[in-house]
Amino acid sequence: MSIQILSFGSITDITGSSYFTMPMVADTSLLIAALKEKFPALADKKFILAVNAVTVTENTILKTGNIIALLPPFSGG
Amino acid sequence: MLTAQQYERYSRQIVLPQLGEPGQQKLLQSKLLVIGAGGLGCAMLPYLAAAGIGHIGICDDDTVQLHNLHRQVLYNNSQIGMQKATCAAAFINSLNPDTVVSIYTERLTNKNALSIFNGYDIIADGTDNFATRYLINDACVLLNKPLVFGAIGMFEGQVAVFNHTTTDGQATCNYRDIFPEPPAENEIPNCAAAGVLGVVPGIIGSMQANEIIKIITGIGKPLYNQLLVYNALDCGTVKLTISKNNLADKFMPADEKAFAEHNYTIACSTAGEAIKEITAAELFLLPAGSFQLIDVRKEEEQPKIVKEELIKIELSTLNEHTGLLTAPVLITVCQTGVRSKQAAIMLMKIFGNNKKIYSLNGSIFQLI
Repeated sequence: MSIQILSFGSITDITGSSYFTMPMVADTSLLIAALKEKFPALADKKFILAVNAVTVTENTILKTGNIIALLPPFSGG
Repeated sequence: MLTAQQYERYSRQIVLPQLGEPGQQKLLQSKLLVIGAGGLGCAMLPYLAAAGIGHIGICDDDTVQLHNLHRQVLYNNSQIGMQKATCAAAFINSLNPDTVVSIYTERLTNKNALSIFNGYDIIADGTDNFATRYLINDACVLLNKPLVFGAIGMFEGQVAVFNHTTTDGQATCNYRDIFPEPPAENEIPNCAAAGVLGVVPGIIGSMQANEIIKIITGIGKPLYNQLLVYNALDCGTVKLTISKNNLADKFMPADEKAFAEHNYTIACSTAGEAIKEITAAELFLLPAGSFQLIDVRKEEEQPKIVKEELIKIELSTLNEHTGLLTAPVLITVCQTGVRSKQAAIMLMKIFGNNKKIYSLNGSIFQLI
């Protein structure tokens, strides 16, 4: 069982790929912890999660087949 | 009533049944403020002026540089060193006499933003830094103005329409619903540090122009409560639905007074370039009595250093002891140079421009 992850912008520089999978976990807090363990440089990064293309603002239960987006802010113009 | 010239100029869009003459009238009567005449602004402005927006304000305090020209396509070699807003206004004036242009060449701040924004129906963000982006977002929320947001980095871009007032009087999501607080300015590379493909702001700015025309004419579905993310490398687009975030209100200035007092610059540079560092060699050249050294280490840390101009205040208690800091120049020091930077940021927030504040580059050991 795994979770599909899409990453954007400078997050992809850390994860090395804009699409990858992570082992299934129960909720988004556990997923963030697992991501930071796998990619320690994420600890200093600002990014938000979207579950199935909807931004999440608090801990959210994950289900099989969910697609998670990791989105950093962009500042350039 | 449109003139014969206007019928001809806009004929290819008036013929669109969704837009028609009523849509053209709405464009001619609309007032749009574009903040930032860089890569995004250079894409937005020609299309919007060509479409017949009646009044366009351009706000940018920057001048044209050679390294802008690969993406800021309104400008040319002969304009290097000239004000971008002035050059962009000249371009629009020669393109379409129906568009009245106002330019603002001062930097947008929380002191002048509200009075400038008041003259416009729609605000477009084409800036290049978080401090101004949060300032624009908050001003639009306070004034109930729709904000057409665009941002880019390297090969990617983001587009959204924030703070649209729906028919039941509610405002749609704004930037703080996505990112309630700004990141440290040095955390996110800008175009200068990370680079950007010149066509990316062209695409994202064109998408912003499209959203603006849709909002004014009432056609299609603008990106309300949605953030579009575009990747030029695979031509990928993802549309995320933005959820209301309870933290947004917590960080948003509550009213115009709080907005005017909010320090947007410091909030965005918590570990950034704003901190000035001083080397030990430079420090030794300062005249005695002109500065204070603040040792922010804990009591037990070694070596103990005793100097006439040195005062010991632990970082955790610094806020409570600022009355002891009387010199015009304050230099924070610690074991490695990390906590001294945090201390310098705290002092910058407290003293602002009233004192010169430095962090010693490296360890306090250099002072033995």
